[in-house]
Amino acid sequence: MTRFNRCKRIASFGILISHALLAGCILLNAASATGQENKIAREITVAAAADLSTALKEIGDLYEKKTGVKLKLSFGASGALTQQIQNDAPFDLFFSADMDYPRQLISSGAADGSTLYQYAVGKLVLWVPADSALDVEHKGMDVLGDPSIKKIAIANPQHAPYGRAAVAALKHAGVYDRVSDRLVMGESVSQAAQFVESGNAQAGFVALAHAVAPGMRGKGKYWQVPAEFYPPLTQGAVVLSHSQHKKEAEDFLEFIKTKEAGDVLQKYGFTLSS
Amino acid sequence: MAIDWQSFWLTLQLAITVSLILFVIGLPIAYWIAFSRWRWRFLVETVVALPIVLPPTVLGFYVLVALGPRSPLGRLWISLTGHTLAFTFSGLVIGSILYSLPFAVQPFAASFAGVDRKLVAASATLGASPLRTFVRVIAPLSVPGLIAGTALSFAHTMGEFGVVLMVGGNIPGITRTVSIDIFDRVQASDYAGANATALLLLAFSFIVLALVYGMNRKAWIIGPVK
Repeated sequence: MTRFNRCKRIASFGILISHALLAGCILLNAASATGQENKIAREITVAAAADLSTALKEIGDLYEKKTGVKLKLSFGASGALTQQIQNDAPFDLFFSADMDYPRQLISSGAADGSTLYQYAVGKLVLWVPADSALDVEHKGMDVLGDPSIKKIAIANPQHAPYGRAAVAALKHAGVYDRVSDRLVMGESVSQAAQFVESGNAQAGFVALAHAVAPGMRGKGKYWQVPAEFYPPLTQGAVVLSHSQHKKEAEDFLEFIKTKEAGDVLQKYGFTLSS
Repeated sequence: MAIDWQSFWLTLQLAITVSLILFVIGLPIAYWIAFSRWRWRFLVETVVALPIVLPPTVLGFYVLVALGPRSPLGRLWISLTGHTLAFTFSGLVIGSILYSLPFAVQPFAASFAGVDRKLVAASATLGASPLRTFVRVIAPLSVPGLIAGTALSFAHTMGEFGVVLMVGGNIPGITRTVSIDIFDRVQASDYAGANATALLLLAFSFIVLALVYGMNRKAWIIGPVK
């Protein structure tokens, strides 16, 4: 009898506490919700081509210091990112390694055409590991005939602009048929670079941005593929239609147009116009 | 739109090779796990189970770097075979064996451990060697587990993606498996082709698994108990 009563008392006390906690949570939630309405988003989510992996991180750090807005970056092959965006991936802004993918997104309504901006031109290089005996810096694509080159890494031309540029350059040089059975494909130009860096491929077509990045410098030597060997890698950025932070995304795109951001892009081997 | 049969046959070849090799190396490992009385046995079980927990990208990374030309082990492999493990069919086989090991060994070991110890003891007292006991008593009583383990490692390899993506290099006829082919088609917005290939894989997997489980059912009824 008394034991039953005590149980009841404990139970009702428990219910009281849980109600108090619940009320507290609701109050807290309401408070944070009103807080969010008043201030601008402190974060934008950016999908970016793999060749930007170092440059955009550095620009993002500069931008965060200046404005307090943080960039959340996702890198991948431009074609792969385009697919994700077509399927409503929650990105605010897209930096492609070409102009075609942004245009595709604009024509399908997934991106805002008025914001399309050509932010840089990428450069393709033929890269070999630093300990390679091949004189790629002077001989260029001639080294590909060397028997020590068993695998040549490129980005997958199906969805990576740098892969298409590599195939175009090999065809321009007239060596595509001779090397095609030695090509291995990375999902993005970063993976192609990684195949060479790990020594599994003996040469690879990568972005100049990779070859000059601080982590890679000293790990390889490169030969810049002449511009007339492949269609220019003009790269476009665009604000995405279903972004919740369009204003902030446009602000960042404005920052990309400044000299400060341009200097960083140039440092990583991009030119600002073709 | 057309289905890439080459990548389909390649995947089938990979899955058959891997499940056969796993059958051969899985039996002694499972036997040891089931019957060993070593106090540190659990450590071996842990190592065998690791690939269930580890993401395939970790295995792929190891095949690429730890077994790459920059490591002593990789250099040994190159001096033996003349090429790196990455970008080759044998590289995919080795990656997949590691990746599917627990899916073969665990069902094997579980069914060995489930065999009535009295029968094993009886066989021994009648003078049969451990090998003879295994072949005549333990293995026949473990048929369902052996079938399940082999089927699982086969199916697991058919659907293998992460390791292949990391070390394959997407070479048609050598390392471009069905899962990579489907991935590529989706990336290139060839949804029709991806759909057809995915459907083929789905139908094939269903048929294989249904056959195996059907066989297993029969094995329960008319198999070991005579």
